[in-house]
Amino acid sequence: MIALLLILVPLVSGLATFLIKKEEQVRTWSLLAAISTFIIAILGVAVFAAPGNWTFRAAWMGLLNSSFSLRGDGMGIMLCMLTALCYPVIFLSTWTTAYKKVNNFFGLMLLAQAGLMGVFLAMDALLFYFFWELALIPVYFICSQWGGEKRIAVTFKFFIYTFIGSLLMLVGILYVYAHTPGHSFDIEAFYKSGLSAKEQTWLFWLFFVAFAVKMPIFPFHTWQPDTYQQSPTAATMVLSALMVKMGVLGLLRWLLPVFPIASYLNGDTISLLAVTGIIYASLIAMRQDDMKRLVAYSSIAHIGLMCVAVFAEDKSALQGTMIQMFSHGINILGMWMVVAIIERKFGTVKISALGGIAQKAPALTFFFVIIAFANIALPLTNAFIGEFLMFKGILGSKVSQNGVLIMATAGVGVILGAVYTLRMGRKVFFGETNALTEKATDISFQEKAILAIIIGAILIVGIYPQPFLNAVDQTSQSILKNSDVLPMLMKQKH
Amino acid sequence: MNAVLLSGLLGVVMMFASFLFRTKAPVRVLAILGIVLLLVANILESKGLRLFHLDTTRFLSFSSYALFFNTIAIACTLVYFLISSKDMQQVGNHYAEYFALIFFILTGIFLVTSFTNLLMLFLGIEIISIPLYILTGSAKKDLKSNEAALKYLLMGAFSTGIMLLGIAFIYGATGTFEIGKMNIAGLMKSNLLTTGMLLLLFSMCFKVSVAPFHFWTPDVYDGAPNVFTSFMATIVKVGIFAGFLHLFYSAFDKVTLQWKFWLAILAALTLFVGNITAVFQQSVKRMLAYSSIAQAGFMLFALVALNETAHEGLLLYAIAYSLATIGIFGIIAKMTDYSFDGFNGLATHQPLVALCVTIFMLSLAGIPLSAGFLAKFYMLKAVIQSGDYLWLVIFGVLMAAVSAYYYFRVIQAMYFKQGPNHFSGISTFEKYVLVGICVLIIFTGLFPNVIFGWLYF
Repeated sequence: MIALLLILVPLVSGLATFLIKKEEQVRTWSLLAAISTFIIAILGVAVFAAPGNWTFRAAWMGLLNSSFSLRGDGMGIMLCMLTALCYPVIFLSTWTTAYKKVNNFFGLMLLAQAGLMGVFLAMDALLFYFFWELALIPVYFICSQWGGEKRIAVTFKFFIYTFIGSLLMLVGILYVYAHTPGHSFDIEAFYKSGLSAKEQTWLFWLFFVAFAVKMPIFPFHTWQPDTYQQSPTAATMVLSALMVKMGVLGLLRWLLPVFPIASYLNGDTISLLAVTGIIYASLIAMRQDDMKRLVAYSSIAHIGLMCVAVFAEDKSALQGTMIQMFSHGINILGMWMVVAIIERKFGTVKISALGGIAQKAPALTFFFVIIAFANIALPLTNAFIGEFLMFKGILGSKVSQNGVLIMATAGVGVILGAVYTLRMGRKVFFGETNALTEKATDISFQEKAILAIIIGAILIVGIYPQPFLNAVDQTSQSILKNSDVLPMLMKQKH
Repeated sequence: MNAVLLSGLLGVVMMFASFLFRTKAPVRVLAILGIVLLLVANILESKGLRLFHLDTTRFLSFSSYALFFNTIAIACTLVYFLISSKDMQQVGNHYAEYFALIFFILTGIFLVTSFTNLLMLFLGIEIISIPLYILTGSAKKDLKSNEAALKYLLMGAFSTGIMLLGIAFIYGATGTFEIGKMNIAGLMKSNLLTTGMLLLLFSMCFKVSVAPFHFWTPDVYDGAPNVFTSFMATIVKVGIFAGFLHLFYSAFDKVTLQWKFWLAILAALTLFVGNITAVFQQSVKRMLAYSSIAQAGFMLFALVALNETAHEGLLLYAIAYSLATIGIFGIIAKMTDYSFDGFNGLATHQPLVALCVTIFMLSLAGIPLSAGFLAKFYMLKAVIQSGDYLWLVIFGVLMAAVSAYYYFRVIQAMYFKQGPNHFSGISTFEKYVLVGICVLIIFTGLFPNVIFGWLYF
C-alpha cells in the first residue's frame, strides 16, 4: 500500500494542481502534497516497514502478461526516501522564484515525482518503461518552458538523446520478453530469461545506452551541462539529484542481473569509459568559470565512479554505490541550493565575478564548506562512506581484470574533485570582496533551516551509516546472486 | 453483411437528402444518425444477429476480425463526423453528397476487409477510390484541389490498371479468383503467379502510400480540402491496410517467407522517406502527410510479422492513429495559418486546444501512456515475436525518435513561442469532442485490455 501511495499521491495532487488558479494556493498545495508524500515515506520506513506494505500487485495488461507490480527492496526504498525528502526541500528552497503559469510548473514537477517513484518501485519491465517516460516528459516541458535563453534547443537535445535511449531499451525489453519462459514482463521472469552470451551482449548495449544517457556516462553526456545550466533551478535539482539515480538503478536492477554474462564481459570496457569520463569531466570542471557548469561536470565525475563500482560486481562496491546514490542526491542538492542563493543575491554565477562572500555571509559560507567537504568525500561526511566502500570493492573485484589501474585512475579523479571544489570555494567565498559582493547580506532563517536539513542528512549518513548499510545489504546480495556469472558460463559451455 | 448493405443504402439516402432538406443542419443530423445506425447494425452482426441473409460465401466472408475492424472504422467515422462535419460546409454546396460519398467509401472498406475473392478486392478498392477522387477535387474553385484531384485520378487509375493486370495473372496461374481455392503452395515456382502477386503488391502499396509508391500522397493530402484529407489519411488508409493484411494472411501466407524480406525493405524505406522528408516540412499539413507515410511504414510491420500480435496491433494502430489524426486535422481545419509558425503561442490563446494537440502529437510520436505508444509497441512486438528482422525493429525505433523531432516542433511552437492567434471558430460541442478523443487516446494507452475486451465483444 505504501508503494502505491507514494506514486498515487504525487500523481493525483499533480493533476489537481493544474486546475488551481491562485498562485498562493498552488504553492501551498504542492508543498503540502510533497510533505505528505514525505510523511508517507517516513511512515513506510518507520512504522509499516513490513515487506507486505511495500508490495503491490494488480492485473494491468492481461493480454501482454504485464502486471502493475510494485515492490520496494532496500535500494528502492532508499531512493524513494531520497525523492520524498528532496521534493519539499526543492519546493522550499525555490519558494520565492516567480514562475508564470505557476500551476503548470508545480503540476509537472509533481508528475515527475510520481514517475520517479514508479521507476524506483516497478518490478515489471513494461511498467518500468512507462514510469521511465513519465518522469522524462514533465521535465522536458519544465525545462523548455521555464528555462534560460537557449532552453528550447538545449532541452530538445536532451529529450531526443533520452528518447532514443528509451526506445532502444524498449526494443531490448521486447526481445527479452519474447524469450522469457511463459512470456512475461515480470522482473523475476526477466532474471530467468536464459539468453545466450551473444544475445546478451547486444541487448546489454541497447539497455546500457538508455541508462548511460540518463546518468550520464561519457560519451553520452553532452546534453548534460547545457541542460543543467539552462533549466530552472528546481528542475536542475530534480534532474541531478534524482533523475540520474534512475540510470544507476537501471544498471543495478535491470542490467546486471538480466544480462550477467554480458555485464561480466563488457564490464571492463564500460569501466574504462567511465574512468575516462571521470578524468575528462574533472579536467573540464577545473577550467569552468560558471558555477552551474562546474557542478554539472563534477556530477559527471561522481556518477562515473558509481558506474565503475557497479561493474566491479563486488558486495561492498554495490553497497557503496547505493549509499552513494543517496548521498550524491543530498550533496548535489545542497550544491545547487548554494549556487541558487548566490545567483539570486548577485545575479551571476561567474566565479571570476565573485569573491569574499565569507566576510559578508558567514552562515552561507559555513553551510557551503560542509557541503563542499561532503562533495569531496571527507571522512565523517556521507560521501566518504560511499566512496570508501566503492573503492574497496573495485580494488577487491573478482570480475574486473584491471581493478588496480581503474581504481588508481578513479582516485586521481577524486583528487581533481578536491582541486576544483576547493578552488571554487576559495575564489567565491574567500579573498577580497569586490563591488558586486560588497553589499551582500547573509541568508535568511528559512534558507538556514533548509540548508540545515541537508547538513543533517550529510552528517547522519556520514557518522552513523550502519542502518543504511543494513538497508541495502539484502539488495546487493540478491543482485550478486542473480548476476553470478560462473555457473551460467559453465552451463553455456556444455 | 448488415454494414455493407446499410452503408450503401445510407449513401443513396444521403444523395436524396439534398432534395429533401433546404438547410444544412438536418443533413448533418441525418448523417450522424446514419452512422450510429451503421455502428449498431455492425455490432448486432457480430453478436450473430444478421438482418439480411445472403449467401456470399464465394465472394465475402465476414470473419470476426473483419467485423471488429469495421466497428473501428465506423466508430472513427462517427468521431470524424462529430468533429469535422461542420467544416465540410466550407468546402462547397454539395453538402449532402459529401456524406453520401463517405458512406460509399465505407461500403468499399467493408468489402476490402472481408473479401474471399480477388474480384471483390478489386471492387472494394474501386468503390473506395472513385469517391475519393471526387472528394479531393470537391473544392471546385481551388486550383490546388483540382490539380490534386487530377493527379490522384491519373495515378490511381494507373495503379488500378496494374492491380487488374496482377489479378488477371493470378487468375491465369491458378484458374480461380477465390483465394480459398488457389493452390498457391503448389505453384510456388510459377512465374505467372509471382508476377501477378508482385503487381498486386505494388498497387496495394500505392493505395496505402508505401515508399517508393508514395509520390502522390503529399500533393493530394495538401491539395484536398482539410476535412477530407483527414478522412483519407485515417479511415481509408487503415481500411485498405486491413485488406492488405487480409490478403497476405489468408491467401499468400504460404509464400510469404520469400516476400517478408522485401516487405521489410519496403517498410524500412517507407519509414526512412516519410520521416526524413517530414523533418524538412514547413507546413504542419504537409508534415502530417509525410508522417502518414511514415506511419504506413509502421503498419507494414504487421505484414512483415503476419502473426496474431500483428492483427491486434493493426487494430490498435487503426484506433490510435485514426483518433489522433482526425483530431489534429479537425483543429487544422479551423486554423487560418497551418505552417509551424501558425501554431506559435496557441497555448496562450487556446489552452485547451493546445493541450489536445499536445496529446495527439504525443500519441503520434508514440510516447507511453498514449494509444500511439501501444500501437507501435504491438508492431515492434509482433516483429520481434516472428523471430527475424531485428534490424528492422531497431531501425523503426530510431525513426520513431526522428519522428519525435517534428511532432515536438508543433508542441514547441504552441508552448514555448509567442505569436498571434490563428485559431478561431470552435464550438463548445467540438471542444467536448476533442477532449473526448484525448480521453479515448489515453484510456486506450493505459488499458488496452478494456478496448480489446470490448472489441472482441
